[in-house]
Amino acid sequence: MTAVRCIDICKTYTQGDVDIKALDHLSIEIEKGEFVCLMSPSGGGKTTLLNAIGGLDIPDSGEVWVGGQRIDQMSKGELAELRLANIGFVFQAYNLIPVLTARENVEFVMQVQGVRPAERHVKSMVLLEEVGLEGLEDRLPAEMSGGQQQRVAVARAIVSRPELVLADEPTANLDSHTAADLMELFVQLNEHHQTTFVIATHDQGVMRYAKRLVRMRDGRIVDDVQQNAA
Amino acid sequence: MRILIVLVRLAWRYLWRNHRRTIIMLGAIVLGTWAMIFMTALTRGMVDQMIADGISAIPGHVQVHGQGYLDDPSVTRSIPLSDEEFAARFADAGFSAWATRVRVPAVITSERESRGVTLLGIDPAAERDFSFVDYGAVDGRFLESPEDSGIVIGAKLADTLETRVGKRVVLMSQDPDNDIADRGFRVVGVFEANMQAFEEGFVFVGKATAQKMLRMGTATTEAVFVGDDYRNVEPVYDKVAAGVGDAVTVSRWTEVDTYLGTMLKTMDGFVLVWMIVIFLALSFGLVNTLVMAVFERVREIGLMLALGMKPAMILGQIIIESMMLLALGLLIGTALAWASIVPLEGGIDLSAVGEGMEMWGASSVLYPKLYLEDVVLANVVVLVLGFFASLSPAWRASRYEPVEAITKVG
Repeated sequence: MTAVRCIDICKTYTQGDVDIKALDHLSIEIEKGEFVCLMSPSGGGKTTLLNAIGGLDIPDSGEVWVGGQRIDQMSKGELAELRLANIGFVFQAYNLIPVLTARENVEFVMQVQGVRPAERHVKSMVLLEEVGLEGLEDRLPAEMSGGQQQRVAVARAIVSRPELVLADEPTANLDSHTAADLMELFVQLNEHHQTTFVIATHDQGVMRYAKRLVRMRDGRIVDDVQQNAA
Repeated sequence: MRILIVLVRLAWRYLWRNHRRTIIMLGAIVLGTWAMIFMTALTRGMVDQMIADGISAIPGHVQVHGQGYLDDPSVTRSIPLSDEEFAARFADAGFSAWATRVRVPAVITSERESRGVTLLGIDPAAERDFSFVDYGAVDGRFLESPEDSGIVIGAKLADTLETRVGKRVVLMSQDPDNDIADRGFRVVGVFEANMQAFEEGFVFVGKATAQKMLRMGTATTEAVFVGDDYRNVEPVYDKVAAGVGDAVTVSRWTEVDTYLGTMLKTMDGFVLVWMIVIFLALSFGLVNTLVMAVFERVREIGLMLALGMKPAMILGQIIIESMMLLALGLLIGTALAWASIVPLEGGIDLSAVGEGMEMWGASSVLYPKLYLEDVVLANVVVLVLGFFASLSPAWRASRYEPVEAITKVG
């Protein structure tokens, strides 16, 4: 079953007088349960592709399908509903809402979804334990390390069992040990819950966890290979 | 409802994220609210006093006169209804008080001076509850019956006439045939009033004595009716108008004293303008606070949008934040205003500027009046205008593109 399908999408940004093609007639299909790494040098288009798949950015042309729905023609409200119900995000930084505790951050999406408080509480506590943050649930983001914050973000991204998790440079601000732990966690979640992961990175350490490696350059896919993950 | 809970929690937490800024803004709202309510209470107190004094001199909320009396107040324009007819029609009408009286211009003369005054021939028992004279505080005594042969004058007039209790004065006016009608009276009492104009301008004699002096039989020139609230005289007016017919003129107090009537309306408008002006000053701070609050969390707003919050929720969150700040400020400001007005309800002595106050028609003691409707008005003005002032920053926040907001630098 196809989780994501991009057909001939283009996206051009203008910086000053210069047009930059972030996505250049790019097409890709990602099956449900895949663990995909998008790799490119800076400016290669991986974050733009991730944003297009997540409905955060609309391509200038082409089609984007997520879970069988065409999203590039959806309204802002429809996109918000799609993200809320189907997509978990992990960003490079500024991942958490600073005025909410770790547990409240994890519960946030469920709360907007309307999940009952008792269920939210149980799910968030289980996930926080699973990502190794037991005992830190009442800490504010400012009271946690970068790695701990990323783990909270991961817990939040997967707590409502989205079909798709999009992670943009999730290990960029982490030391190698914490980054490895985080990737192990992703792999574990991918294998246990059949969650589709699409991770944008240029970290060689992250790539070895991917089952499918998509290399990009200048907004195009230059290489797309399956590999044996670590 | 679930969304509202999320938004309220977020709004409350964000409100206290930069607690110093919030406390400063809260202080401004508290001060503004206090100023709105406190100054309104002072204004209301002054206007109430002016109107109460004015009505007590008129007196009454609704008056009945003979045709043309208001333009030419003479005994020839007496009311064509007897006291018995009034009693039959209004004894059980449920008014707070009512009375008929003789009221004509006259000249009072002592051994040394003469002055023009308004002669009030009254039934003292009927007017005790609404007269501007405190019967018990009169130097000497007040009138005891409609047939009382004495006269009660004001302290200021007594000084002017160089007379006192026990001395004799002469009153002169006109009878229905326009002949001079005069009579000597012994001063039996000297009253003090809130305003010197009353002490100088009015003299009281028994109603029957006045009728006899003016050779007008049992006729009267004025009937006065008092209801429960000078601001709402329509029920009294309707009853009186229905009871007396077309042969007489029925007037509300605002028609008899157009200055006071206009002042009441003007003050109502002034109170609203005053509140809006204070709010406008506050609104600059409020909008600035919200703009700063939005600006410093652009990335977080982008994150929330990315996680699935709809733009309307962001809009709601900012507005709720603003409403919480205003509501908290209003609560404290209102409580503070109440706490500072209640101890002053016994009166603020302004005798140092008493003459100036009297020029305004106000007494030298100011009694602040805290009306529930004024408190509600102040709170509603701030909340409603605050809501509109919040719309711009809230709208701006809700229009962010998530991807641009998340990647916004600094």
